[in-house]
Amino acid sequence: MSNWQEITTLDSIPVLGSRVVETDSVNIAIFRGKDDNVFAIKDECPHKKGPLSQGIMHGDSVTCPLHNWKISLVSGEALGVDEGCTNTYEAKVEDGKVFLNL
Amino acid sequence: MSQNSRQNLVLIGNGMAGMRTVEELLKLEPEKYTITVFGDEPYGNYNRIMLSPVLADEKTLEEVMLNDDDWYKDNNIRFEKGKKVTEIHRTKKEVTAEDGTVVPYDKLLIATGSTSFMLPLPGADKYGVIGFRDVKDVDTMIEAAEHYKKAVVIGGGLLGLEAANGLMKQGMDVTVVHIMDTLMERQLDAPAAKMLQRSLEEQGMTFLMDHQTEEILGDDRVTGLKFTDGTQVDADLLVMAVGIKPNFELAQSSGLHCERGIVVSDTMQTFDPNIYSVGECVQHRGATYGLVAPLFEQAKVAANHLAELGYARYEGTVTSTMLKVTGIDLFSAGDFHGDEDTDELLFHDASSGTYKKLIVRDDVIVGACLYGDTIDGTWYFQMMKDETKITDFRSTILFGQAHLGDAGHGDETRVAAMADDAEICGCNGVTKCEIVDTIVEKKLFTLDDVRAHTKASSSCGSCTGLVESLLAHTLGGDYSQAPSKKPLCGCTELTHDEVRAGIRKHTLKNHVEVRETLGWKTEDGCAVCRQATNYYLLCEYPEYNDPESRFINERAHGNIQKDGSYSVVPRMFGGMCTPKDLRAIADVADKFNVPEMKVTGGQRIDMFGIQKEDLPAMWKDLSDAGFVSGHAYGKAMRTCKTCVGDSWCRMGTQDSTGLGVKLEELTWGSWMPHKYKLAVSGCPRNCAEATIKDFGVVCVDSGYELHVGGNGGIKVRVTDYLTKVDTEEEVLEFAGAFAQFYREDAHYLERTAPWIERVGLDKIKAAILDDAEGRKVLHERFLVSQKPAQIDPWKKHAEGADEHQFQNIKIKIEA
Repeated sequence: MSNWQEITTLDSIPVLGSRVVETDSVNIAIFRGKDDNVFAIKDECPHKKGPLSQGIMHGDSVTCPLHNWKISLVSGEALGVDEGCTNTYEAKVEDGKVFLNL
Repeated sequence: MSQNSRQNLVLIGNGMAGMRTVEELLKLEPEKYTITVFGDEPYGNYNRIMLSPVLADEKTLEEVMLNDDDWYKDNNIRFEKGKKVTEIHRTKKEVTAEDGTVVPYDKLLIATGSTSFMLPLPGADKYGVIGFRDVKDVDTMIEAAEHYKKAVVIGGGLLGLEAANGLMKQGMDVTVVHIMDTLMERQLDAPAAKMLQRSLEEQGMTFLMDHQTEEILGDDRVTGLKFTDGTQVDADLLVMAVGIKPNFELAQSSGLHCERGIVVSDTMQTFDPNIYSVGECVQHRGATYGLVAPLFEQAKVAANHLAELGYARYEGTVTSTMLKVTGIDLFSAGDFHGDEDTDELLFHDASSGTYKKLIVRDDVIVGACLYGDTIDGTWYFQMMKDETKITDFRSTILFGQAHLGDAGHGDETRVAAMADDAEICGCNGVTKCEIVDTIVEKKLFTLDDVRAHTKASSSCGSCTGLVESLLAHTLGGDYSQAPSKKPLCGCTELTHDEVRAGIRKHTLKNHVEVRETLGWKTEDGCAVCRQATNYYLLCEYPEYNDPESRFINERAHGNIQKDGSYSVVPRMFGGMCTPKDLRAIADVADKFNVPEMKVTGGQRIDMFGIQKEDLPAMWKDLSDAGFVSGHAYGKAMRTCKTCVGDSWCRMGTQDSTGLGVKLEELTWGSWMPHKYKLAVSGCPRNCAEATIKDFGVVCVDSGYELHVGGNGGIKVRVTDYLTKVDTEEEVLEFAGAFAQFYREDAHYLERTAPWIERVGLDKIKAAILDDAEGRKVLHERFLVSQKPAQIDPWKKHAEGADEHQFQNIKIKIEA
């Protein structure tokens, strides 16, 4: 079931940067890629719950700021030899506005 | 890419070099080729260097397999197992195997390896006469050991001794016949060779030195050997291990140019541009190799060109040797004999069985020969490859790296003797047996592999030497040491120095230009190279700032803690403060409910547990009270620690606090390759610990001693004495010039201590001590770069700069 919700404007997220979306139950990090594509992932590294929103983004992954785990923004899975997975959410941009499917 | 548009790649030879090339290629271009592999042995790809442990019953064949049949299936590789290629038809571009299989190729990779060189002696065709090269040889030896007693090995080199050791472990009486009067003469000098021979004799091996075989005796099966001096020895099994011979008959018969091996260029191409070759069958710049490390480097280069990236070059490998015989530690590299232009550094203790010899030319190591205590072999070898000047520690170098002052591990560097449950990596809690088991189970070869799989030495890095030793110890001989030319990260083949030179040469202005112009493999780079290039760019252009390429600490101007909160450390110049300052800090701490505070090692006050949203408001209050950021979070100038000095202390010789404040006013805010600390002590009692800082001043009655390159952290290092000056003005000029030289010359994440050890104190002295004009220019450049750096980032953010990152978007989920 779709429940698209408008979150913010694309301009308010820096390129290769992120913003944190706070809901009652979970913090979600939304990232903006080089080509203005957006990703949404639970703001919690599967390793030791580091805030992924604060990491460095590259391609479609982010490096956690606490212990440098690389997490896929597409699947939420840890890359390389590390093992673990966190939630991802559908995100899209329409008319310069960012939407999340919650 | 569809299956049809793929090109055909055929690999002849299923050994380590060829398969490593395929693995490297799959990492770069998994879709480019349809790959066919021919291997004439009836096995998958196995680790040939581990055959000695298999023979010695220390490992099983399964344990040394690298790629089993499933691996080929999983990677869609057609594996023609047990098929020998007999013909390469270069005009038709196809290969034919002995069973008639024909496979066309677009690109061909020849990795036919080498075979044991069999001496053309009368009787060499008898049963029981073998080489030592593949699984079949090992099987023959193990079988012979079940039925026969006496084994003779011809050849007292590396391979011969490993074979002899293995046969002895299988229960045979082993005699080693060697034509020279010392063992392993290509790797060891006479004293070390004698020590080795004695140890092996104690283990039960017999030697016939200076013996040349004339004839192999026996009817069908070998029964003995006759030597040129007329004497004889009995033998039921004869192993010839006198050397290897590159296999290039196939290549040669197809018309490829061969000399002692298949001749290849720096791109691993043969004289036919569609045919590449790697491994022991090649001859590169006149050299052939029989060790693993060079093969892996060649594989990387060949894969790079097969993937049509086209920039890697193989420039030859400096190799080192270890012997895979339990209980024997020896290491050798380079020119261990020396000549009239070299010096010999020697430590020889016959009764403890320790021998260390380094050959040094112009204070650079050119060769090493170690016996008994080889723990520092990798260290010497690295310095040899890097051509490190050893001037400063030449007098103690033979005592090893631990002797340089490694407070972290000290004597524990003897890995072999360590207990299995000994903790190697204190940061990640990884024990010796975890590392060893992982190396064996996952078949790891390199330090990077071990880091990825175990996390050992992936945090602070102080146990890197231990992990390398464990790797060398576990793999025995020639494990794949880190190449001397280390790329900045996996996104590029370029080194730190090359990236920096590229930025300067092409006047690259931002990180996107760097990656595009310098040929990065990834579009956005990664966390490692983005931070490094960001630093190099801002060093060139002081106004440059790309927050998204910086570590969160430098973006949020606070130190991220394990729970995602931040710490706040206001700057207190020289560690000085007033009641008003302390009251202001106390008020801020109260207002923002700071849960914990601490006085830091750098004489500052740290407030912990601050939520990111609160940072700008807190900074505003601190800023209003006159504080600026303390940069306790950055790769930046941190603190200038001072002792009391002559304003109060009865021992003080100068105004150390006043000078400390001036130094901190000069240098605060500066971004550095790594953290950077200063200190000023008021007298030689050195209460401010200036001699373990990056830049330390020790006041004396007649002036100021300047010390550089100290470190109190991971590896304690006492500073090098730079010079003595008379006035505070001179201290400040030297401080600025030294900081700028470090900023412009060191690699990102390299502190002054390892930097000075790498480039040598002489280089620093030449730039800022001997060249007064150059010093002034450097100091001027430092002042220019300080202008934007000293705009307080806290104040900027308190006034609303980049407020997005501090504000979360709060939403209610609508049902």
